[in-house]
Amino acid sequence: MSAIRARLMSGWTFFRISLEERLVYRGDFMLGTLMRFLPIVTQIFLWWAIFESISSSSKATIAGYTREDMIAYYLLAMVSRAFSSMPGLTGGIALQIQTGEIKKFLIQPIDMLGCLLLQRTAHKLVYYVIAAIPFALVFYLCRDFFTRGWPPMEVLVAFVLSLVMAFLMGFFIEACIGLVGFWFLEITSLAFVYMLLNFFLSGHMFPLDLLTTESVDLRVFVEAIPLKYLAYFPAAIFLEKIPRDQLAVQLAIEAVWLLFFILLSRILWARGVRRYSGFGG
Amino acid sequence: MPVIEIENLVKSYRVYQKREGLAASIKGLFRREYREVNAVRGIDLTVDQGEFVAFLGPNGAGKTTTLKLLSGVINPTAGVCRVMGHIPWRRENAYRRRFALVMGQKNQLWWDLPAQESFRLHQHIYRIDPKAFQRTLDELTDLLDIGRLLSQPVRELSLGERMKMELTAALLHSPEVLFLDEPTIGLDVVAQHNIQQFLNYYQEKRRITILLTSHYMKDVAALCKRVVIITQGQIKYDGSLSGILDRFSGSKIVTLQLPENEKVDHPEQLGEVLKIEPPKIKLRVPRQQVPSLLSQFLDHHVVEDIMVEDPPLEEVIASLFAETSGDSMSNPAPSYPRSEST
Repeated sequence: MSAIRARLMSGWTFFRISLEERLVYRGDFMLGTLMRFLPIVTQIFLWWAIFESISSSSKATIAGYTREDMIAYYLLAMVSRAFSSMPGLTGGIALQIQTGEIKKFLIQPIDMLGCLLLQRTAHKLVYYVIAAIPFALVFYLCRDFFTRGWPPMEVLVAFVLSLVMAFLMGFFIEACIGLVGFWFLEITSLAFVYMLLNFFLSGHMFPLDLLTTESVDLRVFVEAIPLKYLAYFPAAIFLEKIPRDQLAVQLAIEAVWLLFFILLSRILWARGVRRYSGFGG
Repeated sequence: MPVIEIENLVKSYRVYQKREGLAASIKGLFRREYREVNAVRGIDLTVDQGEFVAFLGPNGAGKTTTLKLLSGVINPTAGVCRVMGHIPWRRENAYRRRFALVMGQKNQLWWDLPAQESFRLHQHIYRIDPKAFQRTLDELTDLLDIGRLLSQPVRELSLGERMKMELTAALLHSPEVLFLDEPTIGLDVVAQHNIQQFLNYYQEKRRITILLTSHYMKDVAALCKRVVIITQGQIKYDGSLSGILDRFSGSKIVTLQLPENEKVDHPEQLGEVLKIEPPKIKLRVPRQQVPSLLSQFLDHHVVEDIMVEDPPLEEVIASLFAETSGDSMSNPAPSYPRSEST
């Protein structure tokens, strides 16, 4: 019992220190938070123009999305991304391997992935607290785009669950890529490829429903890979694009993927550490 | 009782080799040449509880690699090693709570936060009883005189202050074994001295086992009774600091101070002349020839003063390091360049 208590205490202290660390650089933090809203404005204008050019009727749809749906989708994808994006995680892990800073996790009785997860949770929490006001303002101003209003309770629960899992999925995928640094010291290109794929195939750039199913069935492909959970999936749940009876199954599949990446990160860590040559003095 | 037992420990790395130029870089995309670097080549060592041992050796000799192996940062290629009964590279928490490693300056402390926060984290990570924690922290901050720096962000501390903080962080959980890699590197003379004094006091008081690597002879002379010289991944010497002279220096420095009018016609016949500053002559003389040389010289000359000294330790060790392909400890004949004597 005391061992569990001690573990909780060290977890909590680590979490608290991460919070404090996050609050050191105030200027950078505020700017970063506000900048997040800039791309959404361009997206709104772009889709407005596209719908304008197809038809002046407000009933026109693209792949089942009305003009309002489309903008609501972007707003929701932005929320998903606020959970799943992990700026600096991959590069940070690789850099620690390169410079040898990682050895503190080897010599102290702590778990690196656990610590990084706590640190990231702390950073995200600070972000949500600060960003809550601008987020609320944007959603309030854009409330008319949500034509169906609030979804039913079970959809909302699924939405929240999918956001939590999006956070964990984003964390463990990026941690895995960072841990590849044990084998290839330089992983910038790998991280770039991931970022590109993430951009196009997670639903960050456009709803995945827009992908062609004709000559090549890209839709089947993106449904089969886990990137969609990072942006598309939570937004699609909220907009009720996922049939109600499918919700539980889809969330279960996401949980399996999540488990896969957690296990993969553990294996990469265990093997990588064995291979590690202790660079950098 | 031995705290550290090392048997035939080996660590080799594969290092990518690339010739100069673009063509070689392109070739390297398809086929790579690797070279095996043997950082540690079969080290045997036993360290008892309470010993303060220095690892001396030139850069790349394998000192740091040995410390990394002992602290479980890296896995060995072959060999056996036990520290307090634990195999370091298994990285068991039970072991990790009993030792500390100080290597470099950005190890344990959170860069952007005051050191106090990092210390608090250590209290929980190492499960230190709050009372014991406060007592140890007070003692360490007092000894190292860092009380007023505890609430200052680490990045704003000087190099010397940061090293003191690193040491404090490393000692909070009262480790039984401490590995120190170049603890005084880059510090000014005063800071070096402070750290030395602290380590000396702390080790004597707590009787912990310390392994230290250093380039500074002053560190070693001030702290360690036992010295292990490593070159090219092998132990060349294991014994006392003064023993190095007996073993590897075959000569003594003899200084003869003569009266004003006294002349020596062929000083080179006495030994290797190091310096002539009339009325002083400084010679290097093979150890066993010193008595006969002096008695002969006194028979024929008047002498005001005589000084017989060991050559500077740095010099002996430097020549030992310079010897690249050498004998191991088992070979009794030292092969470092001896002074020529007539």
